[in-house]
Amino acid sequence: MKKYIDQGKNDTRSGYGAAMTELGRTNPNVVALCADLVGSLKIQPFIDENPERFFQVGIAEANMMGIAAGLTIGGKIPFASSFANFATGRVYDQIRQSIAYSDKNVKICASHAGITLGEDGATHQILEDIGLMKMLPGMTVINPCDYNQTKAATLAIADYEGPVYLRFGRPKVANFTPEDQKFEIGKALMLNEGTDVTIVATGHLVWEALIAAEKLEEQGISAEVINIHTIKPLDEEAVLKSVKKTGCIVTCEEHNYLGGLGESISGLLANQHPTPQEFIATKDTFGESGTPEQLMEKYGLNNKAIVEAVLKVMKKSSLMVSFLIRGYCI
Amino acid sequence: MAKLEELQDIVIQTRRDILRMVHNVNSGHPGGSLGCTEFLVALYNEVMELKDGFDMDGKGEDLFFLSNGHISPVFYSVLARKGYFPVEELGTFRLIDSRLQGHPTTHEGLPGVRVASGSLGQGMSVAIGAALAKKLNGDQHLVFSLHGDGELQEGQNWEAIMYAAGKKVDNLIATVDRNGQQIDGPTNEVLPLGDLKQKFEAFGWDVVEVAKGNDLEAVIAGLNEAKSRTGKGKPVCIMLDTVMGHGVDFMMYTHAWHGKAPNDEQLETALSQNPVTLGDY
Repeated sequence: MKKYIDQGKNDTRSGYGAAMTELGRTNPNVVALCADLVGSLKIQPFIDENPERFFQVGIAEANMMGIAAGLTIGGKIPFASSFANFATGRVYDQIRQSIAYSDKNVKICASHAGITLGEDGATHQILEDIGLMKMLPGMTVINPCDYNQTKAATLAIADYEGPVYLRFGRPKVANFTPEDQKFEIGKALMLNEGTDVTIVATGHLVWEALIAAEKLEEQGISAEVINIHTIKPLDEEAVLKSVKKTGCIVTCEEHNYLGGLGESISGLLANQHPTPQEFIATKDTFGESGTPEQLMEKYGLNNKAIVEAVLKVMKKSSLMVSFLIRGYCI
Repeated sequence: MAKLEELQDIVIQTRRDILRMVHNVNSGHPGGSLGCTEFLVALYNEVMELKDGFDMDGKGEDLFFLSNGHISPVFYSVLARKGYFPVEELGTFRLIDSRLQGHPTTHEGLPGVRVASGSLGQGMSVAIGAALAKKLNGDQHLVFSLHGDGELQEGQNWEAIMYAAGKKVDNLIATVDRNGQQIDGPTNEVLPLGDLKQKFEAFGWDVVEVAKGNDLEAVIAGLNEAKSRTGKGKPVCIMLDTVMGHGVDFMMYTHAWHGKAPNDEQLETALSQNPVTLGDY
């Protein structure tokens, strides 16, 4: 089993900020917009080096999305950033009409996604954003897992033509993906090959899935771990190939089970290869104040919950297999 | 300058197009379209500096954004008559598989349209973005936009109005079609807008008022006056007083024809008030 080393905890939003600094130097068409959250989005270095290419819109996200759409018309590549809650739900119709339906090359870059935003509580902890964005025709949805991957994803979407929703978070988390790993939009990453169960995870839950796989190995369970950083378009081939081998799947995300990665995968499997599935996700609930660790524990979003879900789904799977065998015997 | 008579002919032809388009599908928005006909004909045929052909970037030419997308009939007619797409295509308005959707969109690749509109209140932000891109590109051309007065009830406009003035977007001319009507009735009854000129000025805009928004000469003069005020640190607004349904006597001075098509008899009457000039599609 491959071991992954935490190279030092860092926040994914800083990966975004570092990539923006780089893009500021390498791509003259990249412009940045922010709705009064520059410090949180870590883009001050970009602004210092490219003041003319930064647009501070104030606390007015709807206007920001429209301005971003307009900037593309002059050939610019706008990176419009805010907290995930204000960058999606608050401005859904602006994104829908002026960006997605108008097919504008806007990159919606959203920090503080999910429950790990922590103490600010449910008003700021959006758990519906993946669903909102993936429902929009033509929208690419990306949720990288650590600092390095967020940086790589940010660089990659600058070279991709079309609207993108890039989701990342607030807390410092393990940074374990290789610094030089190329980011391929829509291409899932196999982190650990296994035979008994497939664990697919996105965002902060990828590291938890790796820890869960180690614990499962101690119990003699071989878990395949796949990092689905791109939720749309989904790497269907990678998922199908894996479940055909393992026969069961656990999907892990810091998002409501309705509308998230798990739902995309259950739709795929129902259509192509029905497979027992367990969801590591919030269960149609709002969040609350607390530390990220406390919230991950309370809402069942950590490695402990993943291990339990694996045991459950494997049981479901074996019951199904024995049922099928009995059925064939009769 | 094109001869005023020639432009007036285009105005009449555009009114005919609008009426026939909405009649053909028994839907659409004739009222605001008829009211803004002089404005759009003047803008595209007299005021804006335009390149031949169409590309999305619009570098090196003036740009226009229609925020109140429901007046698509007048927009489509003016674009077609200007040569952006075949005039015959006006006959496909709102029909299945058409590029002329109920509200304008880029999605079907219709030349002349640079952003979708119809969900109200979004166009000024987009126009600001395009104006900022022009500044970044060193492009001296202007960005124009059109908004319904009722549309200003949408809050995003006021974010945009604040931004354009606060950030000195002075290559933008936003026109408000001040016809005082919206679907449910007079704006003063639905939700009073107050003194829009004062409001824009209080936000830091330079405001040009055009009292005769259905008088071609007055509209051209107002647009040219607005142009002369660009580049001076303030966005420019034109308060254009129009009459909803202008040019068809039974459609004027009421909100009744905001989103209603004429029947056969009404169409005939309306067309007789706007005799053929350039040839119908």
